[in-house]
Amino acid sequence: MRAPVPAYSANDGVIDAATAVLGGKLDLATDLVGEVSLHVARDSLVETMIALRDTPGLEYQQLMEIAGVDYPDRGVERFEVVYCLLSLTRNHRIRVHVRSDDTQPVPSVTGIWPVAGWLEREVYDMYGVLFSGNSDLRRILTDYGFRGHPQRKDFPLTGYVEMRYSEEAKRVVYEPVQLAQDFRNFDFMSPWEGAEYILPGDEKAALPEAKGAPTPLKADEIQKADAAQSAKVAPTEAKTTEGPAQTGAGKSEPDAVPKPQNPAVVPTPGEGQNQ
Amino acid sequence: MSDYLQELEGVTDAADPTVGDIDIQNYTINFGPQHPAAHGVLRLVLELDGEIIERVDPHVGLLHRGTEKLIEHKTYMQALPYFDRLDYCSPMCMEHTYVLAVEKLLDLEVPIRAQYLRTFFAELTRISNHMLNLGSHIMDVGAMTPNLWLFEIREDCMGFFERASGARMHAAYFRPGGVHQDVPLKLLADIGEWLDTRLPRLFEDAISLVADNRIFKQRNVDIATVSREDAIKWGFSGPMIRGSGLAWDLRKSQPYDAYAKMDFDVPVGTRGDCYDRFMVRVEEVRQSARIMRQCLNEMPDGPIASFDRKVVPPKRGEMKRSMEALIHHFKLYTEGFHVPAGDVYVATESPKGEFGVYLVADGTNKPYRCKIRPTAFSHLQAADFMSKGHMLADTTAILGAMDIVFGECDR
Repeated sequence: MRAPVPAYSANDGVIDAATAVLGGKLDLATDLVGEVSLHVARDSLVETMIALRDTPGLEYQQLMEIAGVDYPDRGVERFEVVYCLLSLTRNHRIRVHVRSDDTQPVPSVTGIWPVAGWLEREVYDMYGVLFSGNSDLRRILTDYGFRGHPQRKDFPLTGYVEMRYSEEAKRVVYEPVQLAQDFRNFDFMSPWEGAEYILPGDEKAALPEAKGAPTPLKADEIQKADAAQSAKVAPTEAKTTEGPAQTGAGKSEPDAVPKPQNPAVVPTPGEGQNQ
Repeated sequence: MSDYLQELEGVTDAADPTVGDIDIQNYTINFGPQHPAAHGVLRLVLELDGEIIERVDPHVGLLHRGTEKLIEHKTYMQALPYFDRLDYCSPMCMEHTYVLAVEKLLDLEVPIRAQYLRTFFAELTRISNHMLNLGSHIMDVGAMTPNLWLFEIREDCMGFFERASGARMHAAYFRPGGVHQDVPLKLLADIGEWLDTRLPRLFEDAISLVADNRIFKQRNVDIATVSREDAIKWGFSGPMIRGSGLAWDLRKSQPYDAYAKMDFDVPVGTRGDCYDRFMVRVEEVRQSARIMRQCLNEMPDGPIASFDRKVVPPKRGEMKRSMEALIHHFKLYTEGFHVPAGDVYVATESPKGEFGVYLVADGTNKPYRCKIRPTAFSHLQAADFMSKGHMLADTTAILGAMDIVFGECDR
């Protein structure tokens, strides 16, 4: 690791020690970007945590953080709950991942670490993941009476309701959110590096090429691009110009008088030099 | 009338012994969300038995702004200023964790001078944060003058931040790969002089008014005692865990940037009460000044940011002259840089405790998930058991010694 990041003790042997004590409960153990993470099944989470806390050589005494992550592309069990543990004696960090969806509850670890109470409340509030055994699973960060789980990837950034103080009702009212401008989400993926959309004009490249030059169309076969939208009604009578009223010219002002001559301008005798 | 006198004297009827007893119910009051000692928008629902606190239910989230959701829609560079606005009393320490997390995913090397500058300004931020916390803690328990003197120091720190970054609070000075710009030599000279003259004079004067003060001790000693076991179970960190007697400091045990080269002491408390937590912070200010002096003495010359042009944009003057620099400048300020897929949890010692960022990258130019670990969440959650059995007036001392800022707690 060249970056000057927090340096704790080496990861060597941690996975082996965890595998030895957890055995078959461990689905996957990785050591990536300098961090060890263990993936376990939901049902064995509490046993795993107790083992990680109490086994000599592991000794993860503190639960520092529970983070939820949403992977809607995974289909079933889209949520991942990540527990970040810290060992004060061994000076090491480890992460434990479990997966769930919005109906299958994750067993609570409040019995092991009381600090998990609010952390689980936050994951419930933000993702809707349920925790069985947490006696106080209320919302924590969102408003009283909030609906939905805002950190899910399918929840819009702007939300659904906005709040203002109504002078008529003399209280705060909630209304559907109205935006003066759409949220602009720029797509920065390079079109040369695996973009999945079709740029305008790209569809021509996919068509099979006809042999030889195409037969030219006759003049009456040519259709304009906007022919469908602008089907004009044929005029009933021929357009003629019988008098000045039909020319479309505007009327001269009724009180128009000849403009006063500018004394500074000397009229050119004859027709001028440009004639 | 005689019945009433008997009732007052507690003389009861033998047939009905409870007659005249006054039925006492527990009393529930709201503390905040608009209370000067709540240090922001905290609503505490307190259940009181007379003046004794039975139960505390903190309601947080009144300052929730959806920072984590917003960061998912911004590039890595655009997400940085959101961190200034988390703990707005120690903005640069918030940035520090985030830039280290990004650098860990990128495995980016940072020049030595940039590491020293980040260490230096993180410690200046720590001093500035503790000035606010110590001063308001003192004021919450009844003293006025020290707060005014400590705010003088805080104002000096703000001036230094402005001279380094252009902003008094929301600096956006730390960047992935280094810092945004080099500091003038005069600024370092001025801070060095300030560390030797003005800071110790104002700070030691202010603390000498309260550290041995009888009233201050009566309000703080043996209030909200936290044992070592409780501090570990409740996920305490920073001055809260050190107040309980555990010498745990991430700058010492898991050094990042230039902290491994620094020589400093970790103060610990002996009783785990509010007074210990206060005095731990007082000593931390002196140690921070010590670290800053070492930084000034040892700071080498050299570049202040990585030369990896795929991450760190070139300076504006270079951009005006070189075509390649122009391309890099344009790409980095529109598209930003792409971070390889992976997830990291990086935590640093912010002035309030362990401030962590769990960053999930999916290979694009935006974070897939950026979970912020606030220090206040675990500390405030413990307010229930810490306040139990104490008087209502002790709530302010307990909250003051926790050092909670709601920009960070509610995110």
